[in-house]
Amino acid sequence: MSKTFVGMPAFPKNAAKAVQDSQLRFNLRKATRTIRNKRALVVGELADWPGLRQAGKAIKDHTLRNLDRYLIQLEEAVTAAGGHVHWAKDAAEANRIVADLVKATGETEVVKVKSMATQEIGLNEALEAEGITAYETDLAELIVQLGDDWPSHILVPAIHRNRAEIREIFLDKMPDAPPGLTDEPRALAEAARLHLRERFLRAKVAISGANFMIAETGTLVVLESEGNGRMCLTLPRTLISVVGIEKLLPTWRDLEVFLQLLPRSSTGERMNPYTSTWAGATEGQDFHLVLLDNGRTGVLADEVGRQALRCIRCSACLNVCPVYERTGGHAYGSVYPGPIGAILTPQLRGMSTELDRSLPFASSLCGACYEVCPVAIDIPTVLVELRAKARHPRAERLGMAAAGWVFTRSVRLARAQRFGGRMRRLVPKRLPGPMSAWTDTRDIPDIPRESFRAWWDRTEGGTR
Amino acid sequence: MRVALFITCVNDTLFPGTGQAVVTLLRRLGVDVDFPPAQTCCGQMHVNTGYPKEGGRLARQFMDVFAGYEAVVIPSGSCAAMVREQYPRLIGAAIGNAPDTSCDPKVYELSEFLVDVLGVVDVGAYFPHWVTYHPTCHSLRGLRLGDRPRKLLENVRGLELVPLPGAEECCGFGGTFAVKNKDVSAAMCADKVGNVLSTGAEVLCAADNSCLMHIGGTLRRQKSGIRVMHLAEILATTEGGR
Amino acid sequence: MTSRDTILGRIRAAVAGAPDVEIPRDYHGPIFPEGPADASLIEHFAERVRDYRATVHIVPADEVPAAIQAALSARQADRVIVPEGAPAEWPPGTAGESLTPAQLDEMDGVVTTCAVAVAETGTIVLDGGPGMGRRALTLVPDYHLCVVMAEQIVPGVPDAVARLDPVRPLTWISGPSATSDIELNRVEGVHGPRTLEVIIAT
Repeated sequence: MSKTFVGMPAFPKNAAKAVQDSQLRFNLRKATRTIRNKRALVVGELADWPGLRQAGKAIKDHTLRNLDRYLIQLEEAVTAAGGHVHWAKDAAEANRIVADLVKATGETEVVKVKSMATQEIGLNEALEAEGITAYETDLAELIVQLGDDWPSHILVPAIHRNRAEIREIFLDKMPDAPPGLTDEPRALAEAARLHLRERFLRAKVAISGANFMIAETGTLVVLESEGNGRMCLTLPRTLISVVGIEKLLPTWRDLEVFLQLLPRSSTGERMNPYTSTWAGATEGQDFHLVLLDNGRTGVLADEVGRQALRCIRCSACLNVCPVYERTGGHAYGSVYPGPIGAILTPQLRGMSTELDRSLPFASSLCGACYEVCPVAIDIPTVLVELRAKARHPRAERLGMAAAGWVFTRSVRLARAQRFGGRMRRLVPKRLPGPMSAWTDTRDIPDIPRESFRAWWDRTEGGTR
Repeated sequence: MRVALFITCVNDTLFPGTGQAVVTLLRRLGVDVDFPPAQTCCGQMHVNTGYPKEGGRLARQFMDVFAGYEAVVIPSGSCAAMVREQYPRLIGAAIGNAPDTSCDPKVYELSEFLVDVLGVVDVGAYFPHWVTYHPTCHSLRGLRLGDRPRKLLENVRGLELVPLPGAEECCGFGGTFAVKNKDVSAAMCADKVGNVLSTGAEVLCAADNSCLMHIGGTLRRQKSGIRVMHLAEILATTEGGR
Repeated sequence: MTSRDTILGRIRAAVAGAPDVEIPRDYHGPIFPEGPADASLIEHFAERVRDYRATVHIVPADEVPAAIQAALSARQADRVIVPEGAPAEWPPGTAGESLTPAQLDEMDGVVTTCAVAVAETGTIVLDGGPGMGRRALTLVPDYHLCVVMAEQIVPGVPDAVARLDPVRPLTWISGPSATSDIELNRVEGVHGPRTLEVIIAT
């Protein structure tokens, strides 16, 4: 994944800093609440939503089970339609393939449609090292790129910025920004339109991802809003699409499910403004498809964790997550933040760093993410599964072992309770060591003189 | 009807009053309550913190202890959800009212048992106070308790139920999350507390003492004067005292 | 070993022994309505398109040329693209097939037909067929006027998917270009046409 995140501290430390940032908290709260309500409204419009959700889940599971077969079918269809298919087992190989393809065109500039896969592999940085400049064209990506910032949301990478901050960035970093630029969203969008217009019209090479690939027909599908996607997919002579191998759907018909699930879950619209579909080389273009593994087959091997590969990157889970709402995306140290990031990042990158080990614990397991997931990824279950795989701190291991020992025999529990009851007056208001994390902001309950079981014994179940 | 009470380790150790209230309430409704003394903990803390081996051992212990019972009543949404939702996957346990099974024991959270099994919503309680109800995540999204607790509270004489803004949002407890991610946990709780205070209620009620310990601990630190009470404690209260 | 073989090998090892999954289709599939769309479907479509802040006119089929002319005049759109295959009685325009992107950017607008329209989502779909042309024609000009025949309107997304050819390049259009990137508030008008106008011919 993108190297910008290397060496970041663990989630709790990043989060502690983020929750102190009142501007960030305000921006996130406002934005996530807006989208949450919009989503609920348009999802509520479809009486068959649960059926669509179950179908979406099953189509993805079936595809993953037969992924080898469908990838080969896709390759045949794309090739038959005049496209070229490349296979990349990791980020380095994908970046190499793309850089070589761009170099072969003789161009040193490319325009890009927002794509999670190319962010994941750090493509922009890799191209830069080869003397190729990649221009992000999605408004939010542009804000992030101009602000020399990190994306913090899957759908809206600049969600952590409000209109005033965006105006500042534009005035500061966009040479052609109109001097009297206001912070009206309409004016800001207009500034971006003017800034990118020339670049679109002269671009020779574009790089995209894809939301879906249809194995049966070799069709690629890109959903977007602004028209920057259409500009990139349509105008340049060469189009290179980098797509994760899990983005496959078996048949054209399956789109009838996903073109309903994705827009409503993602932007909270009945349909996003633009969806482009094409098969192979279209309208005289050169078309290259780079199929990306980069850890996905490893995720696929995990019986519980593999459901994360159903993800269609809608970001509904981010928008309802109480943790994300308070920390923002940067705390997760990955291009995939929020609940889905907490299960995807440790699986794709492994859990060798302190940060990646901390991600499965970045959740109160409240289950709001699972409830809104359009492909029913049981995120809490996967989190718990990953927690079991993480290496635990020694003090915690000892504590858990001790608790386990006490709970294995009820007499031990009863003895511990009697001891606690006798010590009840001696418990301090502020606990020492790791338990101070509790008493920093909360009182501990009064320890009762007598446990329930002691009361039951003494009174024979309250009958005496 | 004879049912077993699984009191949960937290209630047993820290909130015996809740257990006593459950016993009082169920007896009043004609239920014969048994307390198998070998019970300890459902294993939720271990499993959810990443210790499935220890948690699995406790889960098997639970299944042994409650093997002979038709029904187990649990006055905790999250422990009931743990048993019913997680045991089948964790240890292959057969829980009677988990999806696709039909056997004993069946596991009920208290309000489910009252409304679904006993078929009562008016338990004859009297509690003349302004009360707001926090549905708690595992009750809401795990067990899908729906409006059962609300129906029970609405039928308590004297009780004024005040809606809680943002009720379905997590309070930030999350077991060891409250300690491992204390800053986010506290920030979530601050918002929950703000919502509770905005209701003007005197009592915050929930079907889970763990969440109440977290919210209540914050309320007490702030000297808010708002009491937290388990649903059972309100339902057990009658006009002439218990 | 090629990367292709490596990846396919890893996949096979990863899913070996995993059970396959039946796909339940317990949702509203295509309805395949017979005959022309009824008035309520047309109104539903019109209302959903208006929701995206696009302008909608409903006119009898024989009044379409006049309606197009009126819409163009109202915008003072003189340099207009009318792609090949558009009905002969429409006002004349440039076919636009040979125009470069920069030349397209000089045009005042584009008038097209469509392949299918979806009432539930207020979507029109272009497939490059007669009267639609290549994709750039409806992208670069700032104004898009689209004529939808009543019989092209289908109730939902599944109907549209069933009617479309997956091999043709398709553009699904739901309102003018928009963005929600600033505080997640929808703003119409970014890179694609900032104005979308729809004429429904009954």
